[in-house]
Amino acid sequence: MEHTADVGIRAWGESLGEAFRNCALGMMSLMLDLDKVGREKRVWVEAEAEDLEALLVSWLSEILFYVEAEGFAFAWFEDVEIEGGKAAAWGWGEELDPERHGLKLEVKAPTYHGLRLEEREGGWTAQVIFDV
Amino acid sequence: MSFLDVLRKLDEFTWEIPREAQPGMRVPGIVYADRALLEKADADNALQQVANVACLPGIVKASLAMPDIHWGYGFPIGGVAAMDAEEGVVSPGGVGYDISCGVRLIKTSLSYREAKGRLEEALDLLEAGVPKGLGTKGRLRMERKEMERLMARGARELIARGIGWDEDLEAMEEGGCYPGADPSRVSEKAYARGRDQVGTLGAGNHFLEIQVVDEVYELADRLGLFPDQVVIMVHSGSRGMGHQICTDYIQVMASSLARYGYDLPDRQLVCAPVNSREGEDYLAAMACAANFAMCNREAITHWIREGFERAFRAGARSLGMEVLYDVSHNLAKLEEHEVGGEKRALLVHRKGATRAFPAGRPEVAERYSPTGQPVIIPGDMGSHSYVLVGTEEALKKSFGSTCHGAGRQLSRKAAKRKVRGDELRRRLEGMGIMVRAGHPAGLAEEAPEAYKDVREVVEICEGAGLSRRVARMRPVAVMKG
Repeated sequence: MEHTADVGIRAWGESLGEAFRNCALGMMSLMLDLDKVGREKRVWVEAEAEDLEALLVSWLSEILFYVEAEGFAFAWFEDVEIEGGKAAAWGWGEELDPERHGLKLEVKAPTYHGLRLEEREGGWTAQVIFDV
Repeated sequence: MSFLDVLRKLDEFTWEIPREAQPGMRVPGIVYADRALLEKADADNALQQVANVACLPGIVKASLAMPDIHWGYGFPIGGVAAMDAEEGVVSPGGVGYDISCGVRLIKTSLSYREAKGRLEEALDLLEAGVPKGLGTKGRLRMERKEMERLMARGARELIARGIGWDEDLEAMEEGGCYPGADPSRVSEKAYARGRDQVGTLGAGNHFLEIQVVDEVYELADRLGLFPDQVVIMVHSGSRGMGHQICTDYIQVMASSLARYGYDLPDRQLVCAPVNSREGEDYLAAMACAANFAMCNREAITHWIREGFERAFRAGARSLGMEVLYDVSHNLAKLEEHEVGGEKRALLVHRKGATRAFPAGRPEVAERYSPTGQPVIIPGDMGSHSYVLVGTEEALKKSFGSTCHGAGRQLSRKAAKRKVRGDELRRRLEGMGIMVRAGHPAGLAEEAPEAYKDVREVVEICEGAGLSRRVARMRPVAVMKG
C-alpha cells in the first residue's frame, strides 16, 4: 500500500487470530528480511484494548516495543488467542542483528489512520498504516 | 472527494476551505500554497485532513496548512492548529510520533575553499562518531535516574556532564528546557525504548549533512552566515522515547474519548481537554520527549565538534562551531497570540511546521532580537536547504508558523521503483556530494524525486509573508541512517 508519508499493509486471515498474526508478520517484513531471522527462542506477547481495532493497534505496538526495547526480531507467531479484549501469542525469533537481518525501515508506530478490520467472506481482512 | 471546487482564493498564496465544505467544521481551513501545490495536496487527500482538523473542539481561527502540506496520519503534515488553552483540546496526533523531531544548524568559520581537502576525513570521523541506522545503540549509557533528570531539565543536564556548550542553550527553543516536563508521566515502556538512544541519529528521513552557504540574503551577516561557509545540519528527533509516548497517550485518549463526548472524523485525531488529567499528563510527557530530542541533537553536536577538531587539527571554538539555532517541527506549545484584537492563551500544535517568531517576542533569544528567530529548512538529498527568519506577518497569519521542509510527493515505494540506491549514490557523487548511507534502498526512499521542490515551498512561504530567506546552502556530504 502506498501513502506519501507512510507505508501500510493489508492482511487476511481465516480467523481473527490469523489476521492478527499476518499483520504482525507484515509489520516485521517492513522492518527486516523475515527469511533471515532464525526461530531460536519464543517470547509471550500480550496486548489489551477496548475494541477490536484498538486491540490490533495495541498488539502491533507491543510487538514493536519488543523489537526496539528488547532488541528481539520476530520471525513467526503461534496461534494468536483473542478473547475478552486481549490478544496473546508466543512469538518466535532471535536477537536482532542489524548486519544479518537485512534491516529496512524504522517503524515508529502503527496508526489509527485508515485502520480497517472487517469480517467478510468467511475470513477477516485488515489494513494498517504505519508511521515510518 | 475533491476539495478543489470548494476552495476560495483569498490572495495569490492563500486559499480557504469554507466551513460549509464539511459538516462538523468549527472553523475554516486556510492553506498557504499555489495552485500546483494545492492540486498535489488534494490528490493526496491532505485537504480533507485540513477539514478534519477544523472539527476539533476549541480550535481557534482556522485549521492551517503550510506550503509543504502532504498527507499524514490524521493531521496533515504541514498542519498548524491552535486550540484555546482553557476550552480546547490537545491531540497527540497533532504533534506526531516523532515528538520534537527537528533540525539544527552548526556554523563554522571555515570556507569551503580552504576546508575542501579535509571534508572527506571529517565525514569519516562523523560516521564513526555519530551512531546511525536501525538497531544501533548510542554512546551514552545512562541510569534510570539520570534519564529522569535529563528529561526534566533538558539540555542543561547534558551540558553539565561536559557534552555541549553553555551558550548552545540560547540557540535552542525554550533555552533547551521545555517547561512542565514530568518524568513520572512517562511509561516504563517509553524509558525502555528510549534507553541508550540519546545521541543517535536514527533512520528514515533523518540525516546529517555538511553544507556550503551558496546564496545569502539581507540578514545573513547578522546571523554570522557568509558565502562559501561550511555549515553542518542535523535532522533527528526523540527516537523510540517519543514514538512510545505518542503511542501510549493515543491509547489513553482513545479510551477517554467517549467520556468527553467527542465525535471525530478520524480516530487518529483522538484528543482530550488541555485541562484534563489525560491532557495534562500527555503535555508533561511530551515535554520530556522534547527535552530528550534537544539532548539528542546536542549530543550529536558534541561528536560533530570532536570530528571536526580531529579533521582540522584545531579546537571547535577556534573553528567557530556555534549552534545557529535548533528548531522542533513536531510539537505543541502554550503561547499567547492576538486573535480578533484580543490576547488569548493557546496551545499551538505544529505537525511538520516550524515556529517562526519575529523579533520582539519574549520567546526569541536576545541574540536574535534584531533579526527574528532563525528557522532551519532542510531540503532533500542533493538539493538546497535554507535558513529563514520569522516575521510579524506570520504572527498575524499563522500563529507564527512556517513550513518545515520540502514535503514528500512520492511514497517510499514509488521512490524505490523510480530510483535505485546505488545509481542515486553515483548521481550524487557526480554532483560532488559525498554519501554515507546505511543501505541503498533507504537511500532511494529519500531520493530528491520523492520530495517537492524546496525552493518553491520556501518562495511561497516568503510570498505569503510567513518567513524571509536569509541564506541558501547546498550539500557537499550526506550521512543517513
